[in-house]
Amino acid sequence: MSDDLKISRRAVLAGSAAAAAGTLATQARAEGDPLITEPQDWAMSLGEGVDATPYGMPIEYEGDVIRRNVPWLTADPISSINFTPIHALDGTITPQGCAFERHHSGAIELRKEDYRLMINGLDLQPLVFTYADLERFPRENHVYFCECAANTGMEWAGAQLNGAQFTHGMIHNMEYTGIPLRTLLAEAGYDGATEGRWVYVEGADASSNGRSIPMEKALDDVLVAFKANGEALRKEHGYPVRLVVPGWEGNMWVKWLRRIEVTDAAVESREETSKYTDTLADGTSRKWTWVMDAKSVVTSPSPQAPITHGPGPLVITGMAWSGHGRITRVDVSKDGGKTWETARLGRTQGDTKALTRFYLDTEWDGSEMLLQSRAMDETGYVQPTKAQLREVRGLNSVYHNNCIQTWHVNTDGSAENVEVS
Amino acid sequence: MSKFLNIFAPALGGTATLLGAAYIAADQFVVDVPAPLRGQAIPAAEAQTTPEPVAEEAAQATDAAPAEVAPEAAESQPQAPAEAAPVVLAKFGLGRPATDDEIAAWDVKVMPDGRGLPEGSGSVEDGEALFSENCAVCHGEFAEGSGNWPKLAGGDGTLADEDPLKTVGSYWPYLSTTFDYIHRSMPFGAAQTLSADDTYAITAYILYSNFMVDEDFVLTRENFLEVEMPNAEGFIVDDRAETEYPQWRAEPCMENCKDSVEITMRATVLDVTPEEEGAAEEVAQVTEAAAPAEEAQAEEATVETVAAEEPATQEAAPEDPAAEDTMAAADPELIAAGEKVFKKCKACHQVGAGAENKTGPQLNGIMGRTAGTVEGFKYSKAMSEAGEGGLVWNTETLAGFLAKPKAYLKGTKMSFNGLRKEDDIAAVEAYLGSFAE
Repeated sequence: MSDDLKISRRAVLAGSAAAAAGTLATQARAEGDPLITEPQDWAMSLGEGVDATPYGMPIEYEGDVIRRNVPWLTADPISSINFTPIHALDGTITPQGCAFERHHSGAIELRKEDYRLMINGLDLQPLVFTYADLERFPRENHVYFCECAANTGMEWAGAQLNGAQFTHGMIHNMEYTGIPLRTLLAEAGYDGATEGRWVYVEGADASSNGRSIPMEKALDDVLVAFKANGEALRKEHGYPVRLVVPGWEGNMWVKWLRRIEVTDAAVESREETSKYTDTLADGTSRKWTWVMDAKSVVTSPSPQAPITHGPGPLVITGMAWSGHGRITRVDVSKDGGKTWETARLGRTQGDTKALTRFYLDTEWDGSEMLLQSRAMDETGYVQPTKAQLREVRGLNSVYHNNCIQTWHVNTDGSAENVEVS
Repeated sequence: MSKFLNIFAPALGGTATLLGAAYIAADQFVVDVPAPLRGQAIPAAEAQTTPEPVAEEAAQATDAAPAEVAPEAAESQPQAPAEAAPVVLAKFGLGRPATDDEIAAWDVKVMPDGRGLPEGSGSVEDGEALFSENCAVCHGEFAEGSGNWPKLAGGDGTLADEDPLKTVGSYWPYLSTTFDYIHRSMPFGAAQTLSADDTYAITAYILYSNFMVDEDFVLTRENFLEVEMPNAEGFIVDDRAETEYPQWRAEPCMENCKDSVEITMRATVLDVTPEEEGAAEEVAQVTEAAAPAEEAQAEEATVETVAAEEPATQEAAPEDPAAEDTMAAADPELIAAGEKVFKKCKACHQVGAGAENKTGPQLNGIMGRTAGTVEGFKYSKAMSEAGEGGLVWNTETLAGFLAKPKAYLKGTKMSFNGLRKEDDIAAVEAYLGSFAE
């Protein structure tokens, strides 16, 4: 430990000396960094007043931290997906403005005044709620990740997209304010039975995306949410009301939620038969694969976030999550999975079904690395390799690829998405 | 109280019938609201439903309610956590009853067993015209798909292949899903505009395109469940808990986990990652196996597609080298575009080396050829006569034929409805013109 400390200090000192020498060569007047030795504009003149931006956006220097899409993936951006810039974020909460979007018929504009939520079906008194009605039910706050089942799907056949944003960016993590679905079901007189009962939910947009949720889940932790990260949902995330289905695939988190129905069977809608099903090697397909298994990815360094500082102290960071509950441990490998070190979790223990940040505070010797991370959740599930997944599922899957990701970090600090043996 | 009962008893009966459910507790009157959006709901007995305008009354009624509804409500209360379940027994008296008309307007789902299907019927024949008008722009004239848009026909027996083609015929387990989705969510950009009959007809045509029914088939609510879906038995319920979790819930290896590690694949070799700043890189390397995309499997991720949809940051189009290339190479571009359009024709026609007569004649050297003269093909009487009358295929005559085959040449065997875009016709002519005899 003390040895490490010495090395680290020496490296820092050496680095400072080099920087100082460089400055000396070009600066004749004062010794040191001109940003320090010379008064700067911002230290002399005045900045913007309050109200210059009634609702603030990130400063222009962060202008590249934005959602991006992959145009060739889909036929039309109206029915498409983009990706959260996870390579540039830290902590766990995803700002709404850069949280990935997925629409089937575009993001609609639906005023709160025009919003209606219908609840009907078996054993229920059919009811209609306005937005104002919803605000009068007792509400709760919970942080949950929302991951598209297709996240990392393009990597199934092999390393393809060069950036954590593109390989793992169909995910966001927000604090939701909403009403437990069971509260609304009870309001409509539901008796609480779970056997042979489903809840069918659908959206108000043209796609009217509909999904069937088994009653047990509906009565457990599903929320009818109207706020995220403290403010109204964004248009692209279902303003004014969306469903939150913790730990389950994002397609079930119906946006612009307009109807909740109790049924005696799954509706087998388009989104739960022709899509979001997983074809195995023999041609049979799994359906109702709702849970998102434990997964993690190193977000920095990564192809879009190379190491720019040379050898010495290096923070390797990333995020981990599990639809089964809490993340209990994340291991990091620098050699493609031969040896592993346990990373430090941002919190002692992650929140259930929410993103957990991990850090490996390490020393980079400047040599190549094959960086991987491996998540474990409270059920003991260990994030598998792509080879393990392929062994069970074959090569034809698209959804639910939660394999261990590898970044090849070069000696110059640049990184590339690779697949390893 | 008795007044409410008298007035609302009929509405209650109607709703109960609609739901097919017997559960309507004595304290749950279903109230018929005159019209939605009038902001004037009528309170049901015992404050089960409370309109906003009479919030004070609601509060009083709610106070009074527990004594009467307590026993039953307590039973019906699901396991809500303490913080979410005030002593009001989960009844807040919020919202208002939905009317039968409101439920009918929104609850249009169709279940696999046919529940929810509206009265109606539609033929393959009607469906072909409707499909051409409403669907073909994205899904192709024969439901074979266009570009990245979903293919609805074909793929039979490919599910275990390396690149399975999942269509209504090859993959979808229930016909109800097709009807439900078309009726509710299609056409793209004009959802909920198709009548029940139109939807039956389009569904029938998609079945026909998948060779699942004959051309004289008429789909109705009555025979709906008789249609056999080829992949109906092709699904299993999520079995990860048996096939995966036991293996992977194990203490992970920390040291000497592998003898060696080799890089077996690199993303930069494929080079399909969008550029961060402007400049459209040609994405020529997109292999067929490369892109299992969520919506469309992206197998048609061609150079044209990518170049056409550049990042929004790119504004100076004239200075864009890719755009210049496009203009300089107009001919090959047109031929390439024509090759895509020709996909609509491929089901019946072959062109190029080794092309043979299929449903339609092979098309090598068609430009300049007299109509109805390909050896070995059995033409319609109309086509043979047109050739004898001197019809020669050139850009003008072919354009006329391709725009409206049946109108241009009455009696032709070609069932194709025609290409509606002049650009498509010019492109497919350029493409066909590139194949000599």
